[in-house]
Amino acid sequence: MTFYLLRRVAILLATLLAASIVVFVVLQVLPGDPAALILGTGAREDTLAALRHQLGLDAPMWLRYARWLGGLLSGDFGTSFTYHVPVAELVRQRVLVSLPLALFAILLSTAIAIPVGVAAAARRGGAADAGLMGVAQIGVALPNFWLGLLLILLFAVRLPWLPASGFPGWDAGLWAGFRALILPALALALPQAAILARVTRAAVIDTLGEDFVRTARAKGLSRPAALWRHAVPNALIPVVTLIGLQFSFLLAGTVIIENVFTLPGLGRLVFQAIAQRDLIVVQDLVVLLAGSVIVVNFLVDLAAAWIDPRLRRAGA
Amino acid sequence: MNDTPLLQVSGLVREYALPRPHPFAAAPRLRVLHGIDLAMAKGDSLAIVGESGSGKSTLARSVLALERPDAGSVRLDGMDLFALSRRELRAARRHVQAVFQDPYGSLDPRQTVFRIVAEPIAALEPRTARGERRDRVAAILQAVGLPAAAAEKYPHEFSGGQRQRIAIARALVTRPALVVADEPVSALDVSVQAQVLNLMLDLREKLGLAWLFISHDLGVVRVVTERVAVLQHGRIVEQGRTADVLAAPQHPYTQALVAAMPRVRRRG
Repeated sequence: MTFYLLRRVAILLATLLAASIVVFVVLQVLPGDPAALILGTGAREDTLAALRHQLGLDAPMWLRYARWLGGLLSGDFGTSFTYHVPVAELVRQRVLVSLPLALFAILLSTAIAIPVGVAAAARRGGAADAGLMGVAQIGVALPNFWLGLLLILLFAVRLPWLPASGFPGWDAGLWAGFRALILPALALALPQAAILARVTRAAVIDTLGEDFVRTARAKGLSRPAALWRHAVPNALIPVVTLIGLQFSFLLAGTVIIENVFTLPGLGRLVFQAIAQRDLIVVQDLVVLLAGSVIVVNFLVDLAAAWIDPRLRRAGA
Repeated sequence: MNDTPLLQVSGLVREYALPRPHPFAAAPRLRVLHGIDLAMAKGDSLAIVGESGSGKSTLARSVLALERPDAGSVRLDGMDLFALSRRELRAARRHVQAVFQDPYGSLDPRQTVFRIVAEPIAALEPRTARGERRDRVAAILQAVGLPAAAAEKYPHEFSGGQRQRIAIARALVTRPALVVADEPVSALDVSVQAQVLNLMLDLREKLGLAWLFISHDLGVVRVVTERVAVLQHGRIVEQGRTADVLAAPQHPYTQALVAAMPRVRRRG
């Protein structure tokens, strides 16, 4: 297990490094001169050159990469070209919205989907299965922004229980911040829960057909005991993998929901930075998001090895 | 001694529903067992032989009460398994355990050998003390020829023959009177088959078990069982002492099975 862990960590670090190189090179190849963007089209060539020098843009590419990477590692993400504030500070504020939102949504989604999927699998072919999967089918088909609008209409307009949009900041109190995240988290979680429930159902049905579940029944376990002790734990790998993918998506893929609820999250920051050609912000954010996807996948791999002892050996 | 048989199967009928040809048709049914009658005494060993599709495994699953028959009964020590309440059925399972064909699929890959072998005790005799449970698992692992260190390992760390030993240990840990073995060696290498069969013979002698042995391999059956019943298309076409049936098969189907046996000529 120790060897397995060391190996996975080495792979993790190598992947992160490769991702940072790819992100850096791709953004260097793209057209667009940050100095020209900052100074406007009427700037004189020598002013442009001076600014490029000041920004370090005239250095050779490998040196710029090394400086950038060194900065990232020491927590210095550079300075935004448009906002003139440290990128680290911009990101920090946004992460404080996006990360709790993503965690909240994934918890909701998992808490709904696993019981529903297992219940449907245990009653496969029955009326409850058909009913639950029918609802899930509708859930898969619902666009989350539309669901978000419906939730606003119901819980913020009709019933004045929750704020319709905006985020007061965590300074306004934990409860106020949490309340602002309830509706967006629901809007994100329900469609994801529908997909996760279907995957859970399929995985549990698969393991219910395994010989060791029949064996468990033959050795005297009751039906629920065989289900929860043998079928469900062995069905978790595809479920955990999907949860990991959904979480990565939730961290930055929520631009639309952030717009519906006017939340200052990472998704909107990426979107704005691209629109304003704020190269350094885009570069930092893309590498951060790529990094978080890689780290989440690493955690999923560890969870899989914990779930299935066979994977600890196979390694790969 | 009373003369109630350990296992009595009477008039067992099992049908499966086939897909409907169109939505308004009644589902056609396929009868896989046509009224099976069998009896086994304590310590008996009986083989059910027949080709694939003859209903052997359905019979095994019915005896294990994993499937409810459409007619007929399975009595264990005189108790009709399908007339018992859930609780009583679970209590009865202590006395019938199973070893299945696939030594790879039938052990939960997430559990250590200790948990696999101890689980029937936990499920069927929940009041067993922790220490006693450990002792019994250790004793049974030793009885099936596995090292004590095996308990902490996972199934994937063992070979097929060793896994089948684990399966046998798991079946025997509740001290059953009857073990149903559904093709227990057909997935193993021939060299390993002999070791596992010898182990089964040994344990039968030592523990006074009855084996209901499901197989398509007459060569294996000849080694392990005293009596044999030949199943064809869900009917028992011939039964008797294994030696007699193999030496002088009466039914044409049995004759065909015997004729198909690979022969090993003995020297001297």
